[in-house]
Amino acid sequence: MNTEILGIAIQIILLVVLSYPLGKYIAKVYKGEKCWSDFMTPIENFIYKVCGIDPKEEMGWKKFLKTLLILNAFWFLWGMVLLVIQHLLPLNPDGNGPQTPDQAFNTCISFMVNCNLQHYSGESGLTYFTQLFVIMLFQFITAATGMAAMAGIMKSISLKTTRTIGNFWYFLVRSCTRILLPLSLIVGFILIVQGTPMGFDGKMTIPTLEGGEQTVSQGPTAAIVPIKQLGTNGGGYFGVNSSHPLENPTYLTNMVECWSILIIPMAMVLAFGFYLKRKKLAYSIYGVMLFAFLVGVGINTYQEMNGNPRIDDMGIAQENGAMEGKEIRIGSGDTALWSIVTTVTSNGSVNGMHDSTMPLSGMMEMLNMQINTWFGGVGVGWMNYYTFIIIAVFISGLMVGRTPEFLGKKVEAREMKIATIVALLHPFVILVGTALSSYLYAHNPEFVESEGGWLNNPGFHGLSEMLYEYTSCAANNGSGFEGLGDNTWFWNYTCGLVLILSRFIPIVGQVAIAGLLAEKKFIPESAGTLKTDTVTFGVMTFAVIFIIAALSFFPVHALSTIAEHFSL
Amino acid sequence: MKENTSASLFPKEQVIESLKQSFVKLNPKVMIKNPIMFTVEVSTVIMLLVTGYSLFDASQGSFGYNLSVFIILFITLLFANFAEAIAEARGKAQADSLRKTREETPAKRIVKDKIEVVTSSQLRKGDIFVCEAGDVIPADGEIIEGLASIDESAITGESAPVIREAGGDKSSVTGGTKVLSDQIKVLVTTQPGESFLDKMIALVEGASRKKTPNEIALTILLAGFTLVFIIVCITLKPFADYSHTVITIASLISLFVCLIPTTIGGLLSAIGIAGMDRALRANVITKSGKAVETAGDIDTLLLDKTGTITIGNRKATKFYCTPTMNMEFHEFIRYCMLSSVSDNTPEGKSIIELAHESNLHMRSLDTTGARMVKFSAETKCSGIDLADGTEIRKGAYEAIRKIVESAGNKFPKETEELVQAISSNGGTPLVVCVNKQVAGVIELQDIIKPGIQERFERLRKMGVKTVMVTGDNPLTAKYIAEKAGVDDFIAEAKPEDKMNYIRREQEAGKLVAMMGDGTNDAPALAQANVGVAMNSGTQAAKEAGNMVDLDNDPTKLIEIVEIGKQLLMTRGTLTTFSIANDVAKYFAIVPALFMVAIPELAALNIMHLHSPESAILSAIIFNAIIIPILIPLALKGVKYKPIGASALLRRNLLIYGFGGILAPFIGIKLIDMIVGLFF
Repeated sequence: MNTEILGIAIQIILLVVLSYPLGKYIAKVYKGEKCWSDFMTPIENFIYKVCGIDPKEEMGWKKFLKTLLILNAFWFLWGMVLLVIQHLLPLNPDGNGPQTPDQAFNTCISFMVNCNLQHYSGESGLTYFTQLFVIMLFQFITAATGMAAMAGIMKSISLKTTRTIGNFWYFLVRSCTRILLPLSLIVGFILIVQGTPMGFDGKMTIPTLEGGEQTVSQGPTAAIVPIKQLGTNGGGYFGVNSSHPLENPTYLTNMVECWSILIIPMAMVLAFGFYLKRKKLAYSIYGVMLFAFLVGVGINTYQEMNGNPRIDDMGIAQENGAMEGKEIRIGSGDTALWSIVTTVTSNGSVNGMHDSTMPLSGMMEMLNMQINTWFGGVGVGWMNYYTFIIIAVFISGLMVGRTPEFLGKKVEAREMKIATIVALLHPFVILVGTALSSYLYAHNPEFVESEGGWLNNPGFHGLSEMLYEYTSCAANNGSGFEGLGDNTWFWNYTCGLVLILSRFIPIVGQVAIAGLLAEKKFIPESAGTLKTDTVTFGVMTFAVIFIIAALSFFPVHALSTIAEHFSL
Repeated sequence: MKENTSASLFPKEQVIESLKQSFVKLNPKVMIKNPIMFTVEVSTVIMLLVTGYSLFDASQGSFGYNLSVFIILFITLLFANFAEAIAEARGKAQADSLRKTREETPAKRIVKDKIEVVTSSQLRKGDIFVCEAGDVIPADGEIIEGLASIDESAITGESAPVIREAGGDKSSVTGGTKVLSDQIKVLVTTQPGESFLDKMIALVEGASRKKTPNEIALTILLAGFTLVFIIVCITLKPFADYSHTVITIASLISLFVCLIPTTIGGLLSAIGIAGMDRALRANVITKSGKAVETAGDIDTLLLDKTGTITIGNRKATKFYCTPTMNMEFHEFIRYCMLSSVSDNTPEGKSIIELAHESNLHMRSLDTTGARMVKFSAETKCSGIDLADGTEIRKGAYEAIRKIVESAGNKFPKETEELVQAISSNGGTPLVVCVNKQVAGVIELQDIIKPGIQERFERLRKMGVKTVMVTGDNPLTAKYIAEKAGVDDFIAEAKPEDKMNYIRREQEAGKLVAMMGDGTNDAPALAQANVGVAMNSGTQAAKEAGNMVDLDNDPTKLIEIVEIGKQLLMTRGTLTTFSIANDVAKYFAIVPALFMVAIPELAALNIMHLHSPESAILSAIIFNAIIIPILIPLALKGVKYKPIGASALLRRNLLIYGFGGILAPFIGIKLIDMIVGLFF
């Protein structure tokens, strides 16, 4: 038990310590300063040349967003076509069939929005070719999209008054070649050493201990898993994600994969500080996020390692904690850690069954996604925090007797409108979606029956399962309380809608706020200016997030996770 | 600040009028301008219907319970309306007392060189009227002929008469003031009902009140919060259905009304009006609410030296006797006094005053048969020729030097050095010579107003940079600037220098405030973000600025900045308070909603409230009464302390944020103990 806690502590320390140099490096990459990865320049220039891009063109925020959206639409079509004709393409030793158009549609949307909700199983639903050129490609591009958007915002803040916020392509390509790719190679190497398969052979047939025969899927797993983690994507190579022994074979790979989820989101926050030379502001944001993260880790580790009181009542010892839905080689502590790491970010990969975690753990997993800004997805997590900063700045700016400003720019009605819409959208889609399904479940049982009944667990936990599904979609997370039978017309359709809305409206809104602020006149700081890099302002932002984002979900949690907890 | 602090916050007449207005303002057409309170009104109507329904069917709770909820919501609405009404009434009362000064007065209008007597309301812009000693000036205007002393006490409260004359910067007169002597011809400059005061009254009464940009942005944020809570409450119904829990409409509506920021929603417009009202109490007429708001943001303050930083005139501070003259010090002072006998300038008087301190008095001087020598631009000195032939002269260093050296006498080196030293200390040396020999030097100093250093220190802590504007040479200006503690100065200032300075500051993103009175100040007043024109100033200056100071007090700018800051702070702190309240309200209402169907959730009832009904009623009662409790704060404004932005945020966050979390826990529990007796 103590070694488990030691393991958790080591992982967190490794994250914090290594996020510092990585953040410094990321800032250099986006600033275009000289660094060791300059050997990539010819490759990048080749990409620009082939695509006919001028990486030096300065874009206004509207053009920046247009480019971002067009790029996403293009890859969406690309993915649709490849998935539907995948059986005709090479690298398909197992002879897997094509995806149906509606399934391909769902897969493409969910991977395009960096959510990676999977309504298929990797072993049978994809070929090696589509694993690499749809799934892995999307995992690089969507992660880089979020990072590029954040880079644009950082650039817009760093320039005093500007109509342009940088070049989307430049940020996108550099995110891939200089951040995601090198890190993926390192993580991939460790995975291969530890036994994760990497090759293009078909299923292996092995004799089991009982003397029977078993076929085991393999393929280019070690190529895909690193970016799945690093890009806060989460879509597993195998159906059961990182609890699969080939996707996550050892305690060491578990540590490395868990580290990979959070390292870039953490580093991005610090990169913001290095980029703008506002280290103190970055530390205060980082501090708030780290605090919230540690609270989550504390609660879940405690809950999971202490086991289920109902099982205690049966007189069964639980030295290893609540082991339902967990892997022995990983243990309850590390599964608890992972459950927080994967939900504070928009990753959604799992190394155990979230549906089986304790009610309060489930609540923390959901709350992390409902808040969606404790480090968050690569780039976009910080951008969500930026929205809350705008709201906190508005209120606290007034409290010091000035009309509100953030980093020298006045925050006025237009920015407030956008920030409010973005902050509102998240509870809106989650609550309305869950309310709709709850309504149908309560009042239209025939329809629910025709869809296979949806819930395996009625009662409080059933509501948790539905809530988790929409929460995970809205946070572009992709994990699930898998007790929910979600591969149905209703869930595919409503979740798809939630996915698109909650990916693109915030990105568009946040870049627009940054663009609008950038155009304004720069106001130098004075003694009367609100300082945003203080502990007090950090507390203020935390309170705003807690009251707006978390407390809105208090009533529904009272009826689901909290009620379940108190009835244990 | 000439504030009427002795008056109670709620005089009886105003309260009665406001109570009436609270009902008038229930009109949905008026209400919809405030989206937060409008949703409360809709909720109240729904509760009225539910109350009626519960007479026949108890499935929505008992009639008494529903009726209670309805009444409390209705009172919440009235409280919010009352807050706005009382703020309006106070502003109106203040404006009315000013308006009284301009009731119908007869006006001597000149038509084709003949005078006809009409009432003041018949005067139109462009008319010309005459005023003689004893007349009350019927309308705002500009003197085009003549000079008069005028009693402006009706407006400024200052009893000393002021001189107004045609041409120059002192040509403006205000309706309601009284001519004490002489005769003037005045050109009417405003249409009746369009004077600044009329505009201000309309602003306070709400007829022409527009939301300020910051108010709009805040309303958007609050509307956003309201929308979130609409979603939270409406979706709760299907969740409850799923959990087989019955939620009554009354409970859902109570939860909704408690969660939305009704406290700030109800007080928002009162805060804005109170800000303008506070300005008016300081005798400043603002042309828009936005101007007050902007004043809180001011980064740079341009202040005229004379009258603001220094007392109008220089004063004699020290006598220096030249040692080579072999003269008694007392003797020298006597010569200094003699030189100033005929000098009626304030400087001259101050020399006599200083001499008094050495126990020398005018009556000890023998001036019989003496000839007074007046100051002339040619000689640049003044003095006296005594009966015994002694010639005493006093004047600037250059002038006396000429006299001394032209008589073949030597100008002592020590005196020259002394003159230099006084100059570089910001003083003005006056050299005194007796019979064309240097007798000594009188030092004149600018007297810095007592307490002004502290005020500048206060401004510095607010983050406001102060700039002194003066016609002095840079050396003197620098000295006074340092002594008074201003951050920067413009020496040998010409009107365009002010303008250029403002432009430069604005280009660097700063907001600038200035005060001015002359026509040549008008462009700078218009350029400044906050331009305060003195009421005594020209019409052009008053048109150009966005505030008019009735007291003509140059230090008023400092107060205006504080009023602006107070306004913004009050908005911010009450928003924080309102939102922080939600934490406790969630814990009061959510367990109450589900406790019956899901007994396990009683664990969330951390306040141990008596019953679900009493919990819900207590929460909405708290929500309602907090509005009138905070009305005084909204009207008076949160006190501004110049302790730096970070310390201020910490302080306000502690009081209004942490206090806002704590207060309802205590309040709701106390109310529940009383309500629990009935349910």
